[in-house]
Amino acid sequence: MSEINELYQQVILDHNKNPRNFGVMDDATNTAEGHNPLCGDQIDVYAKVENGKILEIKFKGAGCAISKASASIMTTLIVGKTVAEAKGLFDDFINIVTADLSDKCDTLELGKLAVFCGVREYPARVKCASLAWHTMMKAIQKSELDNAPVSTEDMEITI
Amino acid sequence: MHTKVIKSIDVESVRKQFPILGITVHNKPLVYLDNAATTQKPLSVIDSMDKFYREYNSNIHRGVHKLSQLSTSKYEKSRQTIQGFIKAAEPEEIIFTKGTTESINLVAYSYGLMNLSTNDEILISHMEHHANIVPWQILCQKTGAVLKVIPINDDGELIMEEFYKLLSPKTKIVSIVHISNSLGTINPIKEIIDAAHAVDAVVLIDAAQSVHHASINVQELNPDFLVFSGHKVYGPTGIGVLYGKRAILESMPPYQTGGDMIKSVSFERTIFQDLPQKFEAGTTNIAGAIGLAKSLEFIDSLGIENIASYEATLLNYATEKLSTIEQLKIIGTAAHKSAVFSFVLDCAHPHDIGTLLDMEGVAVRTGQHCTEPLMKRFGVPATTRASFAVYNTYEEIDVLYNSVLKVIKLFS
Repeated sequence: MSEINELYQQVILDHNKNPRNFGVMDDATNTAEGHNPLCGDQIDVYAKVENGKILEIKFKGAGCAISKASASIMTTLIVGKTVAEAKGLFDDFINIVTADLSDKCDTLELGKLAVFCGVREYPARVKCASLAWHTMMKAIQKSELDNAPVSTEDMEITI
Repeated sequence: MHTKVIKSIDVESVRKQFPILGITVHNKPLVYLDNAATTQKPLSVIDSMDKFYREYNSNIHRGVHKLSQLSTSKYEKSRQTIQGFIKAAEPEEIIFTKGTTESINLVAYSYGLMNLSTNDEILISHMEHHANIVPWQILCQKTGAVLKVIPINDDGELIMEEFYKLLSPKTKIVSIVHISNSLGTINPIKEIIDAAHAVDAVVLIDAAQSVHHASINVQELNPDFLVFSGHKVYGPTGIGVLYGKRAILESMPPYQTGGDMIKSVSFERTIFQDLPQKFEAGTTNIAGAIGLAKSLEFIDSLGIENIASYEATLLNYATEKLSTIEQLKIIGTAAHKSAVFSFVLDCAHPHDIGTLLDMEGVAVRTGQHCTEPLMKRFGVPATTRASFAVYNTYEEIDVLYNSVLKVIKLFS
């Protein structure tokens, strides 16, 4: 399974097995629910946002290794960032899994996000990887009136 | 009934008839185990459709020219082949559709809207494909009828006592899958048909997963409707069949209207064609019908009992071999089961399994298999499904087995 190592790197396997920031947050200021109806993946994202800064972020849900690892890595990257910085990371992530950034993938420029470079080769798995990120964006941007869950079927992902 | 002598299948000569089986995927020989989604096509089917487009492509039932007569004759001969295959009394009882889904929708809209009203009941089962759930839900919304669901046990078998409790004079339609696409369960459809007829309900049998695995004689079985798709029976996509009893089909209004299904049109009034054209509005899938007939001839050339017997040995081999894997749980353990092997692993999600098997050249289906209520019943988000056809081999099951072991190794 040599080619598969591109996708199932050790970092991803590790975050799948030992997800960081996993669990419910009772005092979250922002929450959102994400769902992929095609495979049944489901995720809840909880965040504590104060003065435009994400102080804490957690997630809970069930899904494949790619979606779980992506959610776990997302929380480790987002915590402590401002909402604007999180949006920047979200854009980078979506670029990595959908556009051809192979040059950047070969360098360290992308940091921890580089482990997702392999996803682009598996179009059927892009939605698995991006569910947590879309749900995070929904959580940190939403107002209290807006409680509709995120669905991968509403995402504008070009694959 | 006479018992036929089962002949063994020469799988190597069968495989030679399927050009796609020689390809490689990710530099590994293709191991195609997604047959319940769609089967591969033998050369005879591919060639028959190629020949149609190269040598006599023309519209049917219209022109007086040579090619039109030839295509009309081939199209109607295909109808007779299908009639013969399922032992229908007359070719007019065979309606060409796009596939199983359209066939069920045709019955729901045409028969259902005309015959159902408030508080009538439609009976389906917990293991139905979405195509045998949603059309009836819509029909219930339109008519005020009520959808009732026969529960299943933990092995994935219908609980027949519950079926008899649900069945009543209120039951107007019973629509049941013959063989479950997700579990492989073979349902006791003869018993269901007879019981439903005793309360004057009509019965539709979803045979999408069965006509190529089990011998079907609609006159003995006696369903009112029986539906299936071409692409699951070694035939092309975009063609399927609705079998219906003549008297019922004649009583039904057209499903779609337009060309080729009318006798005469004026702006005041239209007179519809007789069966089967009444239900075949517009130019139909002519090449598809021709290809479908060829696929059924392919099945006949091997003998359906021989195919069923061979597939049963494949299923037994897979079940015995993969059952030895401790982390693997089989979903669907019915006593009467067809060539479907659905499973989950403790350590890996079906989508991860699907991607990793693909890297080994193994094509399986992962997901909910268009049976979301069934997945909920078993408490799993999805399963991995290997489904077998007559061209599969023991060696391919060994590849599946070894690939599953690799998945477990990666995730543990």
